[in-house]
Amino acid sequence: MTTPSALLGVENLRVDFGGLRALNDVFLELRHQEVVGVIGPNGAGKTTLFNALCGLVEPSKGQLTLDGKSHAWPKTHELVDFGIARTLQGVGLFPDLTVVENVMIGAQKFAHTGFISAAFGRSKDESKLRDRAMLALERVYATGLAERRADTLSYPDTKRVAIARALVSEPRILMLDEPAGGLGAEDIAWMNALIHNLKLQCSILLVEHHMDVVMSVCDRLYVLNFGEVISSGAAETVRRDPAVIAAYLGASAT
Amino acid sequence: MFTFIDTILIGLTSGAVYSLMAIALVLVWRSTRVINFAQAGQALLSTYIGFECIGRFNSYWVALILAMILGAGVSAFIEIVFMRTLFKRNTGPIAGVAPIIATLGLLGIIRSGIGIFMGGKETIIRPPVSNIGYTISGHTFALSPFKLVIVSAVVVMMVVLSLIFTKTNIGLALRASAFAPEIARLAGVKVDAIRTLGWAIAGAAGAAAGMLQTPNGTGALSPDSLEFSLLLVFGFIAAVIGGLESLIGAVIGGLLLGLVLAIVLMYINATLLFMTAFILLILVLLVRPQGIMGKKGGRRA
Repeated sequence: MTTPSALLGVENLRVDFGGLRALNDVFLELRHQEVVGVIGPNGAGKTTLFNALCGLVEPSKGQLTLDGKSHAWPKTHELVDFGIARTLQGVGLFPDLTVVENVMIGAQKFAHTGFISAAFGRSKDESKLRDRAMLALERVYATGLAERRADTLSYPDTKRVAIARALVSEPRILMLDEPAGGLGAEDIAWMNALIHNLKLQCSILLVEHHMDVVMSVCDRLYVLNFGEVISSGAAETVRRDPAVIAAYLGASAT
Repeated sequence: MFTFIDTILIGLTSGAVYSLMAIALVLVWRSTRVINFAQAGQALLSTYIGFECIGRFNSYWVALILAMILGAGVSAFIEIVFMRTLFKRNTGPIAGVAPIIATLGLLGIIRSGIGIFMGGKETIIRPPVSNIGYTISGHTFALSPFKLVIVSAVVVMMVVLSLIFTKTNIGLALRASAFAPEIARLAGVKVDAIRTLGWAIAGAAGAAAGMLQTPNGTGALSPDSLEFSLLLVFGFIAAVIGGLESLIGAVIGGLLLGLVLAIVLMYINATLLFMTAFILLILVLLVRPQGIMGKKGGRRA
């Protein structure tokens, strides 16, 4: 059973792709001010779990609770209203928009102007959202990049901007999909520090392959293998779980 | 020399109308990835609405505005009722083209619908200001007060649209939804509403094209008007020449097509008009498949 005080709870989650069962009986819980890692070999279903939470794939069954109350699976565009924001593995910046415009896209929930007033005269929203976006960029130390076009950024910088775009909606739950993926040692250390920093402001759900990062930032872990939770609990305990070690060795052997 | 100046003037004014139609097609393509063949039917319907409004309010200008507003409404209605439903049932081998085929069907329905209700009526829209060219030192140029209206209407439309796209938050959401709807949704953009808005603006642009083109030509409106078929074909060619993604490209494509057709009309032979338009289309596609303003490599997410 999910703890009543949990921010986010998932139970009995099942996702099928045609005949393929991608997730089965998955459970998960995220509490206030907690960093929870979802780990597992490639193809274990980590991103599918994220996608189900984001309304990008439709669960065949499963219950979701937000703030201890049972809740329908959210539609993608409703997420920010629930205080959930997510970064993507592929980063997903809009290449022909500037960095600050990219971040402003994430701040849509603060926009109130209707179309007519937006069309006639520069709206107040625009500058309000721009201010918010600049603040979010400051939190990832990227204000200097604000006016650059997103397709001119280095890969590590795109990752920072993607996090700023998630932060700008002031989420209570931040979902990070492989934030350290594809980064060099120096940038990984930087990302690690950033996540520690973000942890003070929101709860974080993290999919990550770099075990150093995972062990450094996560309070608790869920380990997925072949679409099922094979182990869960405090990070240190899970790491020593023989089932987890077997799953990882098995995966690396194939 | 006079012939050359007239050629340019004819090219730019007719090109301006193609640009409006191209803008409409680009907006729909950008917001939903649909080639909207019904655009010609919607423009025709809006122009009929405009005609009725002229009768009622006795003002072309009021009618133009009302036609654009109601044209936007019709377009939004089509998006909400037909496109959303088709996108939701997005399965099977023809799912990708089903919405496009549906727009062909809608084109036929709108045209025959107008035929049934309005077919017998004589419908003429006269230009609100003179369409007789200015005469300077004995030569009557192919530039009339109404042609100036057409060109300024396109310029105003273009300026308003680019302000919306670059300076407003709505514009930002429009661009983001066009590029990667799922990512935009994740970021909290109400992509469905934004798509409807894209269709609505396109409906208004198409209505303007119809309302400007009709009095610029013979003034006669008919359900099987060749003028509206040409508007669709030339607007489509202009949009493709421009790269299908870019509003500026649509305008450049429209003006370029207008100029080339005017040259053929004035210096060669009117019978070659159609063929020239299509040769231009094929040439652009062969030499620069992404169009004049299009980017190589397509969409990335």
